[in-house]
Amino acid sequence: MLSRTADNLYWVARNMERIENLARIIRVADRLSLMPVVPAGDDSLGDEWQSAIIVSGSSEGFYAKYEEATPEAVISYIAFDPENPSSIRSCIETARRNARAIRTALTTEMWDCLNTTWLELPKWNESRVRGSGLHRFLDWVKDRALLFFGSTQATMLRRDSLYFAQLGTFIERGDNTARILDVKYHILLPEHAPVGSAVDYYQWSSILRAVSGFRSYYVLYKDGIKPWRVAEFLTIEEQMPRSLVNCMSRINENLLLLGDQYGQRHECHRTAGRLQSRLRFSRIDDIFRQGLHEFLTEYIEQNNQLGQEISKSYLLG
Amino acid sequence: MASDILTAIFDEMGSGQGSIRPAYRKLSEWLAETPPNMLALRRDEAETFFRRTGITFAVYGEGGDPERIIPFDIIPRIIEAQEWKRISAGLVQRVRALNAFIADVYGKQEILKAGLIPENQVLMNATYRHEMQGVSVPRDIYTHIAGIDMVRVGPDEFYVLEDNCRTPSGVSYMLENREITMRLFPDLFSRYNVAPVDHYCDDLLYTLSSVAPRNCESEPTVALLTPGIYNSAYYEHSFLADQMGIELVEGPDLYVKDDIVYMRTTEGPRRVDVLYRRLDDEFIDPLVFNPESVLGVPGLMSAYRAGNINLANAVGSGIADDKATYVYVPEMIQFYLGEKPILRNVPTFQCNRPDEYKYVMENLHELVVKEVHGSGGYGMLIGPKSTRAERDEYALRVKAQPDQFIAQPTLALSTCPTFVDDGVAPRHVDLRPFVLAGSEIRVVPGGLTRVALREGSLVVNSSQGGGTKDTWVLNEK
Repeated sequence: MLSRTADNLYWVARNMERIENLARIIRVADRLSLMPVVPAGDDSLGDEWQSAIIVSGSSEGFYAKYEEATPEAVISYIAFDPENPSSIRSCIETARRNARAIRTALTTEMWDCLNTTWLELPKWNESRVRGSGLHRFLDWVKDRALLFFGSTQATMLRRDSLYFAQLGTFIERGDNTARILDVKYHILLPEHAPVGSAVDYYQWSSILRAVSGFRSYYVLYKDGIKPWRVAEFLTIEEQMPRSLVNCMSRINENLLLLGDQYGQRHECHRTAGRLQSRLRFSRIDDIFRQGLHEFLTEYIEQNNQLGQEISKSYLLG
Repeated sequence: MASDILTAIFDEMGSGQGSIRPAYRKLSEWLAETPPNMLALRRDEAETFFRRTGITFAVYGEGGDPERIIPFDIIPRIIEAQEWKRISAGLVQRVRALNAFIADVYGKQEILKAGLIPENQVLMNATYRHEMQGVSVPRDIYTHIAGIDMVRVGPDEFYVLEDNCRTPSGVSYMLENREITMRLFPDLFSRYNVAPVDHYCDDLLYTLSSVAPRNCESEPTVALLTPGIYNSAYYEHSFLADQMGIELVEGPDLYVKDDIVYMRTTEGPRRVDVLYRRLDDEFIDPLVFNPESVLGVPGLMSAYRAGNINLANAVGSGIADDKATYVYVPEMIQFYLGEKPILRNVPTFQCNRPDEYKYVMENLHELVVKEVHGSGGYGMLIGPKSTRAERDEYALRVKAQPDQFIAQPTLALSTCPTFVDDGVAPRHVDLRPFVLAGSEIRVVPGGLTRVALREGSLVVNSSQGGGTKDTWVLNEK
């Protein structure tokens, strides 16, 4: 297939995955802001809207425009701001524009999903998401992203075009899980365990909700929320669909399928294989010994590096 | 001068003329039994379908919605098998002659030597490409996909208004309109025996593959070159590429090495044999034509001239569809094929001929005056609908550059029943059938019917408020 087509597919999928993550980030911030106020002196935990900006990776642009992370400003910037290239609105517009340039590579269902999403987008704006409107909007975003993911899985031929789309999805998803964990890593340190206050509980559960893993966690551990288990769940638990190890396994899997189809492997195959085995054979104790923050920073860098290698081998370099 | 084509308006259904014409009887019954609010509902459904599928067409220089949909009129236009037989034979004949003419212009130029067409008119024409002189193209075919614009003025009177030999668009509407009518009105559709059109894309791929370069040994690789998503007909480009299962490429996806054209793919370079280009001559190769073009492929012309790739339509095909060349098509048919033209031309006055210029200037109020190189219904004067001031102003332009204008009598375009705000009413229509020329000439039974939605309007162009209709050609019983 054309390199440009592969590149566009990859970015369409990344953008559609990103909107779902952004919607979750807003939802969690909103939920936490309704919780009892955090004790004074612990302001790093307190400002949920500020951490939403950090997790979404848009601090620089946001603070160039706003002085303070008020809920209105954060929602406006992350959800609707056309100047923010990573706002939900910009991502949908980019995905649809990319898709339009490669319509022949998309199935009818995928195109229909993207085009309808784009057509419905103008119905949403700052004034429509006040109060309970916010959750209707976030539900809409999540539904559109899941519909896109589902139609990709259900309707694409099992060949290169699907593999490139999936690479986009899982590179983006792994990056997002790592960022969410990283912003909250300080409350997951083992020494935090004895605290066990209500506020901590909400913080931990918020991380799980941010990655759609709240109920899954209970299914898997059949136990109350323990911070080190949350960290384990999101990094090296293979059953968890958004865990780092699972994202890397899916990336590796799709690269191997591409290698089989084309009869040729590249540097990205070696990198992905190495990263996957490292995650698979890690124990959570080792990760804490290295330092969760260091571990996550390294993951984000390597994941990014892997994305560039994939681009060099197959896409537009 | 055939004055009968100017007067009475022919309605294809026969409304207001005594009796309903046979082909329209069942439609007329169906219209009578279908309540208007049902039609309105179906029209809204059709619009939703077009929006959701993204079947859009940009109109230049207007601002507003960059992805607007062309209004679709839900009432089909019906053409009898016998009527179509004649049209189809006429189209094949015309396209054979047009191809023979282009091959002659870039070859021995016999028609010029015979003095049938003034040499200057061809060789000094802006659409003539000297780069093509002496270049041979596979099967001597230049216009592989031609769209012939026709109008009807009476039961048996079809006229060719214009030939489009470069990159005619609109065929996707022919196909999608059929799709939507079958979906919205299965009951009406099943009352008729309508000839199918959906094999058009198969025929198109067959045509393109049949003109692969001689040195192409295996199954040719065909690709469609588009200017990109901002082009007004982008939807059509992607639709056609999709239906044919070929790559839709943009200029930067291609490169030329040693006079061979390659696509950049995820598996490395892949050679391209036939390029269905929907990009004008001026933009296809910045090394030869417009050096500013970023839409084209540097070196493409060199690969083309070396015979390593074929382009459809050929570079320089525009020489055959120029409005000044149009006048000579009947002579071409006689000259190259030794046949009598089956389809008629509209009588045309060339303003560069002193006697005809005089007639035009004296009769502006009755004539349609067009720019020779204009298209899309822009820059024309419709005499009977113009004001005195408009005519005076237009006369000054003609006077300044007579060779840039032609004039034709104002045709009474036929009308078809159309669903408009105040119910079903007659509106003027034209017809663009598509002709494919490769190892053989094929015409899919149908075409794009354009309809002027404003009452009394004769301008059917989508850029001027025109809509489209599904066109049903009936099978013989």
